[in-house]
Amino acid sequence: MAVSPGYAFSVWRRNFALYRRTWKLNLLPNFFEPLLYLLSIGIGVGAYVSQMGGTRYVVFLAPGLVAVAAMNGASFEVTYNAYVRLNFEKTYESMLTTPIQPEDVLAGEILWAMTRATIYGGCFLLVVVAMGLAPPLRALLALPLIPLTGMLFAGLGIAFSLRIPSIDLFSFYFTLFLTPLFLFSDVFFPLEERLSGGWLRLAELLPLLHPVRLVRTAFAGSLSWQVAWDLGYVLAASALLLWIAARVTRRRLLG
Amino acid sequence: MIVEFRHVSKFFGSRRAVEDLDLEVPRGACFGLLGPNGAGKTTALKMLYGAALPSRGCVRVFGEDVSRHPRAVRARLGVTLQENALIEVLSPVENLRVFGRYHRLPEREIRARIEELLDFLELRSHASVPVAALSGGFQRRLAVALSLMNAPELLILDEPTTGLDPAVRLSLWHRIRELQAAGTTLVLTIHYMEEAQRLCDRLAILCDGRKVAEGAPAELIARHLAPQTLELELGEERAAALRQRLRGVRELRAGPRLMLFSEDAPALLDRVRSLERELRGVVVRPTNLEDLFLALTGTALEGAA
Repeated sequence: MAVSPGYAFSVWRRNFALYRRTWKLNLLPNFFEPLLYLLSIGIGVGAYVSQMGGTRYVVFLAPGLVAVAAMNGASFEVTYNAYVRLNFEKTYESMLTTPIQPEDVLAGEILWAMTRATIYGGCFLLVVVAMGLAPPLRALLALPLIPLTGMLFAGLGIAFSLRIPSIDLFSFYFTLFLTPLFLFSDVFFPLEERLSGGWLRLAELLPLLHPVRLVRTAFAGSLSWQVAWDLGYVLAASALLLWIAARVTRRRLLG
Repeated sequence: MIVEFRHVSKFFGSRRAVEDLDLEVPRGACFGLLGPNGAGKTTALKMLYGAALPSRGCVRVFGEDVSRHPRAVRARLGVTLQENALIEVLSPVENLRVFGRYHRLPEREIRARIEELLDFLELRSHASVPVAALSGGFQRRLAVALSLMNAPELLILDEPTTGLDPAVRLSLWHRIRELQAAGTTLVLTIHYMEEAQRLCDRLAILCDGRKVAEGAPAELIARHLAPQTLELELGEERAAALRQRLRGVRELRAGPRLMLFSEDAPALLDRVRSLERELRGVVVRPTNLEDLFLALTGTALEGAA
């Protein structure tokens, strides 16, 4: 059955109503996390690094952390939160007593995860601009990349969450998937200077690599063919993941 | 018919949850689905509102195939799930509003409906308190209120009163009866046989995914047992001896108690007295649904008195 935007929006509004009540508790830790990395690694460690990728280290690091904030904002929403809604709070079960269909639930959750990604990525982007690490106009160019990054990781996360039999498995997702992505996706150092040949081509599979490069390109204002490849990757991977997620959602929600 | 099940089966892998189920619920009826745990009641209800798809057969509600038109069907019905799915940090009013939006009701209608339901289910005293702080009975009433947001023509209740104290149960049934009086069709599962007997016009008893009986409570009792029951305590051997001599009398054993069913229990008692001199714990009473349930499913009910 096709997604109905109206019903998907009512799923989104449910999450928004809840978030309005709890945002103070949620926002602060998520907001501080990238800021702490920026201060410690970017400015602290950066003091010992003369240059990276042709710029000051903190300038190199900032765009990567924007993409990471978007990734984390979306990921928490579609992992722990979605799992609890599915298995403990019976939220989806109660939605399916109304005209809402599984596809609407999925669309609403993905939209909501993109919203969360935008809140966290957007806040951090403001900090980056305030610290003079990105020109305001170019930061504006990077802004739409944040929900796009959110969509990619929302698709990945929800396809995982709806399949796993136990909430404990999320530690694998975070520790063995998201953390390595965070460490090896051009955020802290340029992969192309450390890897060569086949390894470098293999690294192109890493989903976080593309949003990081896109944000960095936007900040630098340097357009190249790589932008098309990165954008294409993000859109195609999102489409594939959402297609898989739609199948899993239907199977999981309709007994 | 508001609800029609035609040869409906549901399998989960190789496990059979419901097999070849036929049901009909006319408009305005209160229809009860009874059965031991795992009999397939909840699965049958889920197929009724389209949250589970039949492996075989067809479920029609309001004359429409639920699998094909789930949105249209669900816009006209309400479901109270076995477990309350409430948003604990939000108040009853906010929960109701979220649910009204699930139905995409106009905001003005949502506001009006919330006002009605706060009164109807006596929620007004704590209308703005976070749900987490409310008692179990209050939360259950709110769960019922959610399922009424769209003023449904058909209300489905999955064990609406299990775990509630008697006063709360009574007042909830009172409301449900008012809904029926106003024309709402009801389909429900209950664990309390005495409530089922009092409330339901018609019952189907499920056992192991199959329907083992269907009809009005009194009619079912008369058909499968008899209107009156003679209950007494008797050891295994003496019960066997008695059985030999009372050929044709329907009976049921539950622990040390023997139940004998008859059109005329006092007369049966005289007969038993002539055969057994020492009788203990003798009770003559009307046959109830629990006797029937035990006779048909052979399983004692949790929570039954």
